[in-house]
Amino acid sequence: MPNSIDTTLRSATISVLVENEPGILARVVGLFSGRGYNIDSLTVAPVDAGGTRSRINIVTSGTPMVIEQIKAQLDRLVPVHRVADLSREGPHVAREMALVKVLGKGEARVEALRIAETFRARVVDTTIESFVFELTGATDKLNAFIELMRPLGLAEVSRTGVAALARGARTI
Amino acid sequence: MSADASEAIASEAATQSGAEVLLRALRDQGVEVIFGYPGGAVLPIYDALFKQNSIRHILVRQEGGAVHAAEGYARSTGKVGVVLVTSGPGATNAVTGLVDALMDSIPIVCLTGQVPTHLIGNDAFQEADTTGITRPATKHNYLVKRADDLARVVHEAFYVARTGRPGPVVIDLPKDVVIAKARYAEPATVHRSYHPQTEPDPGQIAKAVALLKAARRPMVYAGGGVINAGPEASALLTKFVHTTGFPITNTLMGLGAFPASDPRFLGMLGMHGTYEANLAMHGCDVLLAIGARFDDRVTGRLNAFSQGSQKIHIDIDPSSVNKNVPVEVPIIADAGRALAALLAAWHADPTPVDSQALTAWWRQIDVWRAKDSLKFTQDMQPGSIIKPQYAIQRLYALTRAVKQDIFITTEVGQHQMWAAQHFRFEQPNHWMTSGGLGTMGYGLPAAMGVQIAHPDALVIDIAGEASVLMNIQEMGTLSQYKLPVKVFILNNEYMGMVRQWQELLHGGRYSESYSAALPDFVKLADAFHAKGLRAQTVDQLDEVIRAMLACDTAVIADIAVDPRENCFPMIPSGAAHNEMILGPEHEDQAAGVIDEGLVLV
Repeated sequence: MPNSIDTTLRSATISVLVENEPGILARVVGLFSGRGYNIDSLTVAPVDAGGTRSRINIVTSGTPMVIEQIKAQLDRLVPVHRVADLSREGPHVAREMALVKVLGKGEARVEALRIAETFRARVVDTTIESFVFELTGATDKLNAFIELMRPLGLAEVSRTGVAALARGARTI
Repeated sequence: MSADASEAIASEAATQSGAEVLLRALRDQGVEVIFGYPGGAVLPIYDALFKQNSIRHILVRQEGGAVHAAEGYARSTGKVGVVLVTSGPGATNAVTGLVDALMDSIPIVCLTGQVPTHLIGNDAFQEADTTGITRPATKHNYLVKRADDLARVVHEAFYVARTGRPGPVVIDLPKDVVIAKARYAEPATVHRSYHPQTEPDPGQIAKAVALLKAARRPMVYAGGGVINAGPEASALLTKFVHTTGFPITNTLMGLGAFPASDPRFLGMLGMHGTYEANLAMHGCDVLLAIGARFDDRVTGRLNAFSQGSQKIHIDIDPSSVNKNVPVEVPIIADAGRALAALLAAWHADPTPVDSQALTAWWRQIDVWRAKDSLKFTQDMQPGSIIKPQYAIQRLYALTRAVKQDIFITTEVGQHQMWAAQHFRFEQPNHWMTSGGLGTMGYGLPAAMGVQIAHPDALVIDIAGEASVLMNIQEMGTLSQYKLPVKVFILNNEYMGMVRQWQELLHGGRYSESYSAALPDFVKLADAFHAKGLRAQTVDQLDEVIRAMLACDTAVIADIAVDPRENCFPMIPSGAAHNEMILGPEHEDQAAGVIDEGLVLV
């Protein structure tokens, strides 16, 4: 009744099933920049056999009203089939992958390898003075790993952004 | 016929050129008129146009005019307006009109030429990234890369333009694609992904009726969505208001959706709306919004907007709901379908309304009405200067005697608001104005499009002298096609709304708002083979209007009006509905309104 608007920010993982046609990613990204919404991460790839449909996963943040707006705005794009706020519609799994390059010698190098084992990161490339670790997991886990590598010679990071699915039998 | 547009079956071998297939698809979509301007990239299409007779082409004088003309055509007929322009500058000139149509939800299909596919991306002559530029300017756009896709894309574009919340669609056509042989395809029955909800949820309708029945101070707020839903929706709205006895206001876009002469009508609301409409919005306890989007020109300061009301919002676009104002009962539906469902549910529910409370509410509204917030003072002494409001009142009065159907378009600014306040609309689709984008230069080309659609109607562009110059070249189009559009200029020698804000909010520093070196509009009309008329004093006004109405050619009537007149009432930016400035006597308090919130109840 009185215009009580919830102004708390929350993170949302939104999955969008789209027709795989030219310009669709530009439409989605343009919608976010044009309307001033955040994109924390974005992934996109075809997900059906014929390559006619793609799934875009977007991690964003905003007030509940803004998140609802984002969903509604995405849903009215003509080539969009389905929009789901995975963080709202029941439990979900969200994973991303990072490749992390660490340079170093001696004790720091040993320590980096030890921590990598703890995180179940794989060494996918190595030289005498460098490692490239491959690590998959939730965003928090990747962040934690990268922070630990920082004093140990962290040189470069490449991350995929989040891929997400609802838990259980549900699909979008 | 296939159930999937992407697999629409080509009905025959490719014997026609892409351009011919394009025109055939347009014909099958019921297109009768195209507004356009030729150029290198669209020459094959113009060649195909030359060889046929079923689609008429109207040659505008600048591509921006073509889109506004198509908007006027679309808004006055309910059909999709069609535009054809060339690549590069042809397309970029069309962009303003496209955004205008997007903001006001007008169905347009705009065909743009493009350089041949092998040159795309090479910075070729007259190349522009049209799909890139128009992506945020349209509801959807297409680049056709294969001739065999042409027919399917055209059918899909028309479906997208008119379905759900209508809007503009661009089809970018590389030259080689319209030259190549193409196969025709019939319209597909089902779109792959775009299926807006049009039927209301019965549970939500029931909730709405429960709220409305219990309302003590109800208010109906109806916008352009009702007009877009077709004339039946406006008829249902009228029926609903008569059934319930509730007061109603229209947005700028919604004028005509409910008859202005009806006592239930409180006039337009918003920044320059009536006192009674805005205070009823402010004070109501149940607000029924239909096809209106709680635009900032309507709500004023959001945190003070209709705070005491429970809100029901009917809209076909889910993104319009809970965007600016949170509502209790959202109803996603076509306005007409929702109104029909509301009426049925209203009759089915035996709960009586609180007629005592309603009577008290109307008594309160009548008190607000008695303020007569649109009043102005016209000195009737011969030789007196004309008040712009009076000019519109006389135009309205003298057109009552005209037997023709009357359509009004406007430019943007003070004259637009005065027209909205003082010209009264009884039916939908007769009022064409640029609401969302506020495009100066809209009215003349829009009037042109209306006149093409309604050759026997009286079409008047109520204009300002600054706005009309933005697309004055279209006088040439009026002349070529003998379109008897009347351009009624309220000439105050200023960009009046800019001047008004400078006076009220910027200490009267009239920075660049004076229209210096204006043309002689009578001679200008003459140069364009039209009739020029001028009224300089109040005693000349009726005579000029009569002469204008009697003329069977295009007319420019240059009406010299009081340059100091401001548009009232006014809710200054950032103020609430109950903080209106009612008239010149309160002007000096306008600056204070922004900071303190002047309450003028």
